[in-house]
Amino acid sequence: MEPKAIHEKLIGEFGDKVLSVDLEAASPFAVVATEAIADVASFCKDDPDLAFDNLMCLSGVDYPGEDPPRMEVVYHLLSYTHHHTFALKVHTPRENPAVPTVEGIWGVANFHERECWDMFGIAFTGHSDLRRILLPDDWEGFPLRKDWEDPEYYNGMHVKPTEQMAERALAGEQIGVGPFDFDPPNAHVEKE
Amino acid sequence: MSASELTPPAANDWDPEALDTDEMILQMGPQHPATHGVLRVELRTDGEVVNAARPHIGYLHRCFEKHCENVDYPGVMPYADRMDYVAAMGNTLGFALAVEKLAGIEVSPYVNTVRVIMAELQRIASHCVAVGTYTMDIGAFTPFLHLLRDREKVLDLFEWTCGARLLYNYNWVGGVSHDLPDGFGRAARDLLREFDAITIPELIDLIIGNKIFIKRLAGVGVCSPELGISYDLTGPNLRGSGIPRDLRKDAPYCGYESYDFEVALGEGRFGPLGSCFDRNWVRVVEMRESSRILHQALDRLEKMERTDVHEKVPKRVKVPKGEVYFRSEAPRGQLGYYVVSDGKANPYRVKVKSPCFTAMSVFHHLARGMMIADIVALIGSLDIVLGEIDR
Repeated sequence: MEPKAIHEKLIGEFGDKVLSVDLEAASPFAVVATEAIADVASFCKDDPDLAFDNLMCLSGVDYPGEDPPRMEVVYHLLSYTHHHTFALKVHTPRENPAVPTVEGIWGVANFHERECWDMFGIAFTGHSDLRRILLPDDWEGFPLRKDWEDPEYYNGMHVKPTEQMAERALAGEQIGVGPFDFDPPNAHVEKE
Repeated sequence: MSASELTPPAANDWDPEALDTDEMILQMGPQHPATHGVLRVELRTDGEVVNAARPHIGYLHRCFEKHCENVDYPGVMPYADRMDYVAAMGNTLGFALAVEKLAGIEVSPYVNTVRVIMAELQRIASHCVAVGTYTMDIGAFTPFLHLLRDREKVLDLFEWTCGARLLYNYNWVGGVSHDLPDGFGRAARDLLREFDAITIPELIDLIIGNKIFIKRLAGVGVCSPELGISYDLTGPNLRGSGIPRDLRKDAPYCGYESYDFEVALGEGRFGPLGSCFDRNWVRVVEMRESSRILHQALDRLEKMERTDVHEKVPKRVKVPKGEVYFRSEAPRGQLGYYVVSDGKANPYRVKVKSPCFTAMSVFHHLARGMMIADIVALIGSLDIVLGEIDR
């Protein structure tokens, strides 16, 4: 099916839950109401004409500059039966973003949604195992958000050596390792 | 204390019923040699049987996607190389094609042919490592050395062309970094002749047709087609389950539609379809098919007029506002790039759908009920590269 026909089919089934569409894009997509995504996804998979049995990719994107500021989750779908592709998008606010999970529809969404939570902090409601996947469990913050700033310390280690730090060190300032000043590991070496 | 004061050994009143038969948690990795990098698998075992398995990934996470937002489009290429470091050509090719699609750049047929040659050589090299290390995982050391020897010859060609053996930065947006050197065609043909006449028959004799190899693997790690599609298994892993899906046929790029080759498929000849054996069988057949494509591409190259490979490389890559999801057939499966551009010099967002990442997501399904020793066979047959899983 062509993207236009897919869009019409979705409109026919869900009406105003399909908010907007871009058929001219290099990868055509439709924006769907956030609360309806699980139903739309399930329909896309089960309908014999659409038969999107494969979720190729699930990505989060952060748009702080839009009005209102929002985050997007993009679902790229593929049908192994009919060889057509389409993309769905949902919008979610940047404060406490939450999207219903599609884990029960495509198994691979489990890992993709965990990654999205890990990087953007988008909570997938109903997800069976929403933990960090790539970053350490004790990591704080969501690095792929556009307003992310590297933390200065991680677990007591100074992780952000900067030019300013080098300048401060050259100026003779004593820069501690982490929030506490540990003894330097080579303390047994005699100082000149 | 003298010997006489020691408690005398108890009589043999060993009661099998009183044995402690709790499940045991076993941590496999992250430094286990058979996990192909730094993968930790948490196994819940009952004796030798795995009741549940949970992969823990992220030990090699290098913020590829965040880096992409801070460099311009050509600057992404070296980072993309470092994702799947065993098959770096495929990574950069995918990204170059994605950006070209977004920016509307059409490269010449000559560049396309060069790219196909490089991608297929890389596929051969990558599958050599995949099958070679796999045999080492399950206990045969010699084939690994044979296959690494043959991979070296491919790497020599790469080194001759662009100076690098592993991480090439070869595919650029709008072209490739170096034209093929004079005499490349002849050297490549020599390599292929040797490959067809010696490597493949040797590989089939030594490994794939080996009774021990077949008996060991033909019933292990069976993945059904439905499970594979739901968990987005792609590439040789999916074709091992008997699904004839290859992007080079289904959604051709770089002119793949004009080459004559077969899609390698698992046949389930020695056991259930979709086993570890089938996945390796597909890789071996794919190497042969790659060699077929290479012969055709080299023929074509001789008749073709050479064009400047930098002809379409823009001085500054200008990408209009928009987004694209582009997938290409990397040696390990479908590698997808979701690139969002806001019209500036740097990409706004780059998301990579890595085939190994999705292969890892099905792991807990396949591993349930297996023996511990088969876990190693399963991980190897999925052919994961941790650099690409963790990015």
